[in-house]
Amino acid sequence: MKSVPSVAKTCLRFPLKALTVASLVALLPLTAQAQGVVRIGMTASDIPLTSGAPNSGFEGVRFTGMTLYDALVSWDLSVEDKVAPLVPQLATQWSVDESDPRKWTFTLRQGVKFHDGSEFNADAVLFNFDKIFNDKSPQYDAQQAAQVVARLPAFESIQKIDEYTVEITTKTPNAMFINQLPFMFMSSPAHWEALGGDWKAFEQNPSGTGPFKLDRLVPRERAELIPNHDYWNEARKAQAERIVLIPIPEANTRANALLSRQVDWIENPPADTLPMLQSRGYQITSNGYPHIWPWQFSFLDGSPWLDKRVRQAANLAVDRESIQQLLGGYMVPAQGLLLPDDPAFGDPDFKISYDPEAAKALLAEAGYGASNPVQAKVLISASGSGQMQPLQMNELIQQQLKEVGIEISFEVLVWETLFNNWRQGAADPASMGAHATNITFATHDPFAALIRFMDSKNVAPVSLNWGHYKNVEVDGLIADLQTAFDPAENLRVYTQLHETIVEDSPYLFVAHDTGPRAMSEKVTGFVQAKSWFQDLTPVHMKD
Amino acid sequence: MFAFIIRRFLFAIPIALAVAAVCFSLVHLAPGDPLTAVIPADAPAEVVIAIKEAYGMDRPLIVQFGSWIQRAVQGDLGVSVATGRPVMGDIGLALSNTLTLAFASAFIGFSGGILLGALAAFYNGTWVDKVATAVAITGVSIPHYWLGLLLVIIFSVQLDWLPSMGAGPGGSSNWRWDWAHLQHLVLPAVTMCFIPMGIVTRTVRATVSEILNSEFVVALQARGLRASRITLHVAKNAAPTVLSVMGLQFGYLLGGSILVETVFSWPGTGYLLNTAIFQRDIPLLQGIILVLAMFFVALNLLVDVLQTLMDPRIKRG
Repeated sequence: MKSVPSVAKTCLRFPLKALTVASLVALLPLTAQAQGVVRIGMTASDIPLTSGAPNSGFEGVRFTGMTLYDALVSWDLSVEDKVAPLVPQLATQWSVDESDPRKWTFTLRQGVKFHDGSEFNADAVLFNFDKIFNDKSPQYDAQQAAQVVARLPAFESIQKIDEYTVEITTKTPNAMFINQLPFMFMSSPAHWEALGGDWKAFEQNPSGTGPFKLDRLVPRERAELIPNHDYWNEARKAQAERIVLIPIPEANTRANALLSRQVDWIENPPADTLPMLQSRGYQITSNGYPHIWPWQFSFLDGSPWLDKRVRQAANLAVDRESIQQLLGGYMVPAQGLLLPDDPAFGDPDFKISYDPEAAKALLAEAGYGASNPVQAKVLISASGSGQMQPLQMNELIQQQLKEVGIEISFEVLVWETLFNNWRQGAADPASMGAHATNITFATHDPFAALIRFMDSKNVAPVSLNWGHYKNVEVDGLIADLQTAFDPAENLRVYTQLHETIVEDSPYLFVAHDTGPRAMSEKVTGFVQAKSWFQDLTPVHMKD
Repeated sequence: MFAFIIRRFLFAIPIALAVAAVCFSLVHLAPGDPLTAVIPADAPAEVVIAIKEAYGMDRPLIVQFGSWIQRAVQGDLGVSVATGRPVMGDIGLALSNTLTLAFASAFIGFSGGILLGALAAFYNGTWVDKVATAVAITGVSIPHYWLGLLLVIIFSVQLDWLPSMGAGPGGSSNWRWDWAHLQHLVLPAVTMCFIPMGIVTRTVRATVSEILNSEFVVALQARGLRASRITLHVAKNAAPTVLSVMGLQFGYLLGGSILVETVFSWPGTGYLLNTAIFQRDIPLLQGIILVLAMFFVALNLLVDVLQTLMDPRIKRG
């Protein structure tokens, strides 16, 4: 048999050589990337829609909405020390008709051009509202409508007054309508027509009025944005040569892509990689933003949270600083529903702090004690968008509540199931008799923060009042807020509403996320606003 | 042979129907609403109804299934709920990327497996055999997503030699067979080749050892045949078994690995399947599973035909 191996050796020589060559070739270093190109690893699994109504939640709005498009009003994202305020964008001013407060008149900015060179005017605004709200119009796009309709629930109709003035009518008088408009981006009617009225073609070759233009789109892999040199707002002209958006849904892959210099910036790096990234010289940016991580209590019969003293006791029993430590510092301890420095935070009578003794006293007053602890079941998830680190955070809260005499059991659901249950409500059998649910949400305006959860008209399944919360005072303040058109009065009512909510504590207020981002030391110009949305225009690479 | 091929094609029809039905039922039984990806949680009820109508999801399940099958037969797998793009187009692109990765992994895995298996058989009982067997066992035992992460940490993060993700510097749409693109293929292909390499090594080792011990090899040697001729006979006898194992393994590679493609953000069918699952994009999910199942059926048929051609003792049809 000796001869057989020698033959085999001869036969095998070639593949061995090939493998050696292949492994040597593999050792060649990567070529360097050009300066001025900022490559961003997003958490989305696909490029958000580029036709003017992005999907993929607020990340989509951030990356393919506010970059390519403008809205009538938007947020000022250039400041980092206060919650981003609303500012005029494609509308220069607006007013509400005093005799019929459902009518809003908007004066449009003149001299603004779409990327295709066509003019932005009242006809363009009407075209865009029709693409979302008028299913009889030729430009109606069900896919864009699905993203926007729910974000502008107050809209009823629109009409042109003159070339640069439009009048929008809301369903009922609603002072908060203005907060809904940043989600209504303006796509170019002329370009849509030039593409044969095809929104799918428009997606590949979009035209808005935004500070960036889309240069290249590879679905699921990358979108490349280049500056719009003719942008109307000198203060927001794009500084980078090119912004490349790359979807990398897997968190560790995102971190590795940053570490191997394939991207320069990643959204939401895994919490456990932050110290390592920092030690290697990467910049970590973070800032509190209008987000809340709460337990939303049930007010159905049998719920222990029906007693305000128990709700307040739970809020006093949570040591938010230890949760902050658990998260490596990347959270703002909640003292209410809004960020502590939100203009509408106010000065609630009930101060949320860590005071287990006061919590025990409240529980004793409510008839609970060591032999008779409060018992409650909470629906939680193991992961999910905006949920931070739900298992660890919930377990820590469970321990802390137990110390004052509140015994919590968890029902851990798949994130999608928990999220769908939000709309089903606490009374639905799918809630399994739970007394609270743990879903995070945005609090960037009164509707998002409060009305959809606290208005008794919004009891599930109508909207997201999961726990069937009903409070006459809150309902009254919500009604007042809707008709408070004067900004100062609006802020006063909103502040009073927030103070009332903190005092009544229909939530366990726990944390606000700080949206950490990691980026190479070469990325410069970025200001992390206190917002879900960020401005990419000042971002560029150092020489 | 021709009748056999026709019959196998006909068998594929009930398989396709069963796969489609199982997949359709599973995604509807799973928790959550199929339109979660499209409708905001607080959308007004009338908007939810209108969108369900627009996507045809207000109809009874059986009607939805029927109309889907009807269109699928004509090559139309519908439109993705999340993106509005035709499912067929997305699957086509993903499949071409997965094919690139599968061929690269198969090339490394099969050639490595044949080499190690043959060496182990020829040097049966020696340290060469032990090393080859150890490599094979390690290959089938290591979870490949873990191996993938490890390779990324070593070769991308620490040594900075190879890219950690993606399918080329500008995405997969302008893929070229140059180093700038091939370097993106190295780590995922090496990660994915270990399991097929282990399995092929074991198969080749067992088959070749058995053949080397058979009487006809002794007879050939006794007649003074050259070693190369004997090796050829051994290879020819081992081929049908090894081929069927390689066919199955290639089928798994074609399915794309959800984990490996996700770890490397490789835009293939596994990555697409992962996206479809998390977005509950039912048309996309059904489309991918059906196409992959059909690939498996076609691949098995191809292996059967090749086996018959190589070994006349195997009679089919």
